[in-house]
Amino acid sequence: MSWAGKILRVDLTAGSVKSEPLNRDWAQTYLGSRGLGSKYLVSEIDPKVDPLSPANKIIWATGPLTGTMASTGGRYTVITKSPLTGAIACSNSGGYWGAELKMAGWDMVIFEGKSAKPVYLYINDDTAELRDAAHLWGQSVWQTEAMLKTSLQDPLVRVSSIGKAGENGVLYAAVINDLHRAAGRSGVGTVMGSKNLKAIAVRGTKGVGNIRDPKAFMKVTYEKKKILHDNAVTGQGLPAFGTQVLMNVINEMGALPTRNHRDVQFESAKDISAEAMATPRKSDGKAQLVTNQACFGCTIACGRISKIDASHFTVSNKPQYWGATGGLEYEAAWALGAANGVKDLETLQYATMLCNEEGIDPISFGATLGAVMELYEMGVLSKEQIGIAAPFGSAEALAFLVEETVNSRGFGKEIGQGSKRLTAKYGYPDLSMTSKGQEFPAYDGRAIQGIGLAYATSNRGGCHLRGYTVASEVLGIPIKTDPLEHEGKPELVKAFQDATAAFDSSGLCVFTTFAWGLADLAPQLQAACGEQFTTEELEKIGERIWNMEREFNNAAGFTKADDSLPKRLLTEPAKTGPAKGKVNMLAEMLPKYYAARGWDTEGRPTAETRARLSL
Amino acid sequence: MQKVLHIDPEKCTGCLQCEMACSFENYGVFATAKSRIKVFDFHETGKKVPYTCTQCDEAWCLHACPVEAITMDRLTGAKVVNETICVGCKVCTIACPFGTINYVQETGKVQKCDLCGGEPACVEACPTQAITFIDANWTGLGRMKQWADKLGNQPAAA
Repeated sequence: MSWAGKILRVDLTAGSVKSEPLNRDWAQTYLGSRGLGSKYLVSEIDPKVDPLSPANKIIWATGPLTGTMASTGGRYTVITKSPLTGAIACSNSGGYWGAELKMAGWDMVIFEGKSAKPVYLYINDDTAELRDAAHLWGQSVWQTEAMLKTSLQDPLVRVSSIGKAGENGVLYAAVINDLHRAAGRSGVGTVMGSKNLKAIAVRGTKGVGNIRDPKAFMKVTYEKKKILHDNAVTGQGLPAFGTQVLMNVINEMGALPTRNHRDVQFESAKDISAEAMATPRKSDGKAQLVTNQACFGCTIACGRISKIDASHFTVSNKPQYWGATGGLEYEAAWALGAANGVKDLETLQYATMLCNEEGIDPISFGATLGAVMELYEMGVLSKEQIGIAAPFGSAEALAFLVEETVNSRGFGKEIGQGSKRLTAKYGYPDLSMTSKGQEFPAYDGRAIQGIGLAYATSNRGGCHLRGYTVASEVLGIPIKTDPLEHEGKPELVKAFQDATAAFDSSGLCVFTTFAWGLADLAPQLQAACGEQFTTEELEKIGERIWNMEREFNNAAGFTKADDSLPKRLLTEPAKTGPAKGKVNMLAEMLPKYYAARGWDTEGRPTAETRARLSL
Repeated sequence: MQKVLHIDPEKCTGCLQCEMACSFENYGVFATAKSRIKVFDFHETGKKVPYTCTQCDEAWCLHACPVEAITMDRLTGAKVVNETICVGCKVCTIACPFGTINYVQETGKVQKCDLCGGEPACVEACPTQAITFIDANWTGLGRMKQWADKLGNQPAAA
């Protein structure tokens, strides 16, 4: 119940689409979205497949609570094998597209093969067809959405698409829906582009109606919305400041990676913070932040809608950027700003707009640029090579290089390969701030020990969203732990990873977990889907999903050696702040993490663990 | 006391909880496409505006209907479509200046907001009180208070 019960399988090579019943047994054991989509992927592709070959598949998946009145019920996940990392990729997005797919009557769409020419998929309730996209190829995400709404004569159609970056093989190209919501990480947009698939346009009018106990569902979802409303983070901090509420907090903790992790505090953090976004500019007397915005069904509304200063050098002759659009959230503000030492808020907004317009992950882009700037300052890269002088702090270099990267021009082509490949090419692989080839987000593993372990063990490479121990280590949710202490963190990381996998698979947003635990998710799923989804069952489902992803990666060739952090985090102590003198204690934590997981000393799930989780 | 829906676009976040509540109340499904209240997202300005029937006193739709399928609920003041009488001629959709009464292909009838019999589901669902259900005579009270505040809450002149 609450699943649509139907999946759409699209063979791009043959140009055909067909409807299949959802595997109901898997829905019971892997729930939906991340878990269920990943189960289909690992069951259908060879783990060693070349991610950019036709043999890879890519899946858009909703969860059982997507498209319902449960708060934040608008999420979907894009799942494939990543060209950036070679590991399983699983990127989650909000906006309105996921709910539209579900309301059209589909739980997920699986694409296989490769189209001979550019196509897009048009879904109108039960009917689905591949259509020619020759006129859309080479267009941005924003142009693609506008052109599809016009040509389909339907202003209410929702679009999930790639821009030029995904077409041109930028290895961290994103899938973007509703103009500025992103399934951002691991290059899911790159895989979409490799298949000559430009967009999925969806219109769903049927709705989500098969709730198991509608009366109980309405009652419990209202109760849980009240918890979100009454909570300081989800009821006040996030709607008012967005995720940017963290910028000054993390900087004061000495956990804000700065200038490619050379430093852990950014002297200009306040200039790129939530407070700065809300302060009127000298130039035009207006604040950059216009308002907040919710995704489908979300009663938190952390999204930022911003307007750039029209007189700023980046856009003064480009009126197409003067209107309101998606603004800076914390990760983008950090990656484009502190990671490069850039403190000009307007340039950061310009860069985040281009990331959305052409579809790239601002975290991987910004972090790769940080490595480029370090190599420039070391004299390894020259102004001639890069096309501009690129010292840390240069807003001009950021603006120029984001244009070059999204358009795959000049040195932007090299930045588009990510920091692991770029630093290796120039002989300094240790300067790549990545795990499994994916760039770190906005927390330093020296000042927050648990997040370092979470990065090293994340199934999709460096990532904060796979086990956000920052909640506990910084914000005290659900219990406060000491960020500088490594004891106890292996168990904490495991608990966060498993619970997050369950939340990600429900169709709801992980940001609810600032106020909710699995005990709040369970009764909503029970009312919608079935009594069996107790808190304990959800813990088990989450752990099962984690181990399934891990086994895919192991079969793809990953080993214990890949559960690693760069030397900088392990041997160069933090220079300032509360963590001064500290490095990340990964070597202490990793064996204990394996033990807590029920894995052998090489990081492989034991027979007992596999049996316990019915893998 | 008669009440009306009062909409404050400044408070709307675009979450569409109102649209889901409306479709669930009337059709038992979460389907924004079936909602009688619609939220419009003006992307260039960042503004989100919920819009639905304001229950006109001299209702154009009611007067235009050739079969008298639209009547006033005396308790709530809502103009209500009687589906057993409606013939789907759509004249009301032409008469309404605001576009808030619309044809439904699946039923062959028109639909419009009926205030849910006096307990509007959209109001309960709205997380930010952008949609409220208040005294029809005093929809301006909140705004009056805002301006009165300039006098009432300022420190006394020295």
